[in-house]
Amino acid sequence: MAYSNKIIDHYNHPRNVGSLDKKDPKVGTGIVGAPECGDVMKLQILCDDNDNIVDAKFKTFGCGSAIASSSLATEWLKGKSVDDALQIKNTDIVKELALPPVKIHCSVLAEDAIRAAINDYKKKRAAEEQPADAAVK
Amino acid sequence: MKFPIYMDHNATTPVDPRVLEAMLPYFKQIFGNAASRNHVFGWRAEEGVETAREQVASVIGASAKEIIWTSGATESNNIAIKGVANMYRDKGNHIITQVTEHKAVIDPCKYLEQNGFRVTFLPVDRPGQIDIGQLHDAMTPDTILVTIMHGNNEIGTLQPIADIGKMCKAKGVLFHTDCCQTFGKVPIDVEKLGIDLLSCSGHKVYGPKGVGALYVRRKSPRVRCEPVVHGGGHERGMRSGTLNVPGIVGMGKAAELCRELMAEESVRTASLRDRLRDGLTSQLDDIFVNGHPMQRTPNNLNVSFLYVEGESLMMGFDDIAVSSGSACTSASLEPSYVLKALGLGDDLAHSSIRFSLGRFTTQEEVDYTIDRVVTAVNRLREMSPLYEMAKVEGIDLSTVQWAAH
Repeated sequence: MAYSNKIIDHYNHPRNVGSLDKKDPKVGTGIVGAPECGDVMKLQILCDDNDNIVDAKFKTFGCGSAIASSSLATEWLKGKSVDDALQIKNTDIVKELALPPVKIHCSVLAEDAIRAAINDYKKKRAAEEQPADAAVK
Repeated sequence: MKFPIYMDHNATTPVDPRVLEAMLPYFKQIFGNAASRNHVFGWRAEEGVETAREQVASVIGASAKEIIWTSGATESNNIAIKGVANMYRDKGNHIITQVTEHKAVIDPCKYLEQNGFRVTFLPVDRPGQIDIGQLHDAMTPDTILVTIMHGNNEIGTLQPIADIGKMCKAKGVLFHTDCCQTFGKVPIDVEKLGIDLLSCSGHKVYGPKGVGALYVRRKSPRVRCEPVVHGGGHERGMRSGTLNVPGIVGMGKAAELCRELMAEESVRTASLRDRLRDGLTSQLDDIFVNGHPMQRTPNNLNVSFLYVEGESLMMGFDDIAVSSGSACTSASLEPSYVLKALGLGDDLAHSSIRFSLGRFTTQEEVDYTIDRVVTAVNRLREMSPLYEMAKVEGIDLSTVQWAAH
């Protein structure tokens, strides 16, 4: 597969590889995909008290496009509010990386991962704001 | 060392300089049509073709008259399978093959299935071999052909073709074998192995692309094939079309070189292959060698690297040419059907790399490959959520509910 220079750059120098503490209430974690399908992405965000994303990390099992898509996603997430982050579309990733048509599903997976991480974070925040006994339920 | 390094000899091979040398006169001075019977241009071309026929025949213990020239092993397989099926359809309509065959065997069989034939696809065990007992049980009075490959192109596993040949003889069933990956690399004797039809190709053995051969037995029994391509009645009527004289001369020379070099070359490539395997397995955990540990072609190594995906792994050593069973390297987005047939999970199929060594592979190249692959695997495992879950968090990945999309 002949890839764009941007994909190759993300593959060779992935941004923000790593993990954040899943148990931290300010961390949202999204794990999407399945090993059988050939790609699994773990994407995590760390937010401040105003729901702004101050850090993002990823780990990806998958092809070069999947790695590049998730690497790019973490770059874009940093500094955005969680609501703005939800505006990131897979087509933006396709455009930025010049993904070939057979690799568009990688960008879809990255968008799914962003949403899953934000949902996880929002769920944690909602649970925090509830009284303790309600959270147990 | 010259870069990029070529470790994909199961896909194709470079033309040996001695082969090219033999071919060149047939493009210019000896350009005649081998079927021209009335002048010297034709006679000399024919001489080249007939010498090549001897050269190919002698690699497999056949007589020159039993060799039919084709455009390659795909065509040879098509003539053998469809040609026999159509010729013997009054005798029966059942064909037996197996699941890890090349598409050039599977697809003709499926075509026949849509045209009134019944096809049995035998399963294989974890190392990739069929069970002779199951072959025996699959045979019926309607069985006219068994087509089972010799060496597998992806995993290198050799099928027990001597046993298959013997069983086919006993049952009076014709036996075709696709020897694309073993012709010129592994000793083959059509008499001793009971082979009735055999496909082989020029470009897998340092000959040119676009030329292949089909062995068709002439005695006990005399095998006949209906042609797939109709025309001038060349090649005993089984394959019409003006002969590709330079290509045929090249395949002949390539076959001759294989016959001379096979004993030494197969030992040398097998020992380099083992060096590659040992280098990888000693430095990396959680890797699996696919295919049969002993019964395999001398130059093939197929490995699954757990927790990393094949295509991204290949990107990590882009100065080394290899293949992967990963879906991401195919247009269909399906992982290798051969690896799946072994009972490997899709995840292991996605993580597989095929290294195939050749005549010009050096120890230096092998050592360099080991270094590059180990580095790339370690780097990608650092980046792999699966590796982290399994190794750091101690999660059994088979128990995870994945959010597949």
